[in-house]
Amino acid sequence: MHIMEGYLPVGHALFWAAASLPVVIHGGRKIIRLIEEKPQAKMLLAASGAYVFVLSALKLPSVTGSCSHPTGTGLAASLFGPSVTAVLGSIVLLFQALLLAHGGLTTLGANIFSMAIAGPFVAYGLYRGLTRAGFSMAIAVFFAAMFGDLVTYCVTALQLALAFPDPVSGVFGAAVKFLAVFAPTQAPLAISEGLLTVVVMNLLTRYSADELAVLDKATGRA
Amino acid sequence: MLKQNLLILAAVAALAIAPLVIHRNGGAAFGGADNNAAVLVTTINPDYKPWFTPIWEPPSGEVASLLFSLQAALGAGLIGFYFGRRSAFASVKRQELAKAAPSTEQAS
Repeated sequence: MHIMEGYLPVGHALFWAAASLPVVIHGGRKIIRLIEEKPQAKMLLAASGAYVFVLSALKLPSVTGSCSHPTGTGLAASLFGPSVTAVLGSIVLLFQALLLAHGGLTTLGANIFSMAIAGPFVAYGLYRGLTRAGFSMAIAVFFAAMFGDLVTYCVTALQLALAFPDPVSGVFGAAVKFLAVFAPTQAPLAISEGLLTVVVMNLLTRYSADELAVLDKATGRA
Repeated sequence: MLKQNLLILAAVAALAIAPLVIHRNGGAAFGGADNNAAVLVTTINPDYKPWFTPIWEPPSGEVASLLFSLQAALGAGLIGFYFGRRSAFASVKRQELAKAAPSTEQAS
């Protein structure tokens, strides 16, 4: 989902940076408050960030014959909410832009918006909605992580379509073309991401029940 | 739980291996989707020239794979450390509860 360096016109690059910055700042403040109020959750926060690191480094082969990577943001979004996840995702995207020429500085705002904001918001909404509707944590986390992953790639496709409308069929036509590049490749990877996140959540419910309870209070959940 | 987790991990492995089996006759390049998107940009708008280039690029595929493995290793190491700590805490707690249990029963 990384839009490559220089592949968004200046105006679009600035727009997405301006859209992402407030969320990341808000998330940074939330992290500072979380660490002050619930220092017990610090290690779990670090582990959730580490999960984004691992998953977004794994470029997996897909049935379409091309490779892509999961995002790993569904776990942090379910546990800490989307704005905290925006900060964790931004760190990973910055690391990749600076050291791996993967993504870029001019496209950082757009990439943060898709992977660290849009995906996590959807994941968080699904996780809360499904757990409240009475589904088990495993089911909720699976769909949260899977759709968080898919939405990330759909947003990337839309960002590219807005910047590069098709001369004949316009933004819509371009969106279809970009979605065709990303979505079929991503679908099986999104399932993998959902499954892996269930494994981590299973381990957390077994070993970290007290930390999860602390978080429930911190995020104001019932 | 262990059994469920192992089954899930096996399913993830199968999802990663299946594409390699399906395309075993060498029909697919397994290139990055990001790159395919960049190619599509140039197809839609042949005049578009990327206006910024990465300030630093890994000089070779080897160096890039080094940095990608480093990224995964840092993350996996931290997660392993976290769960190692948690499972150690859990077993210490169980032992303490086991020791404390008889005396609390007497007290109450």
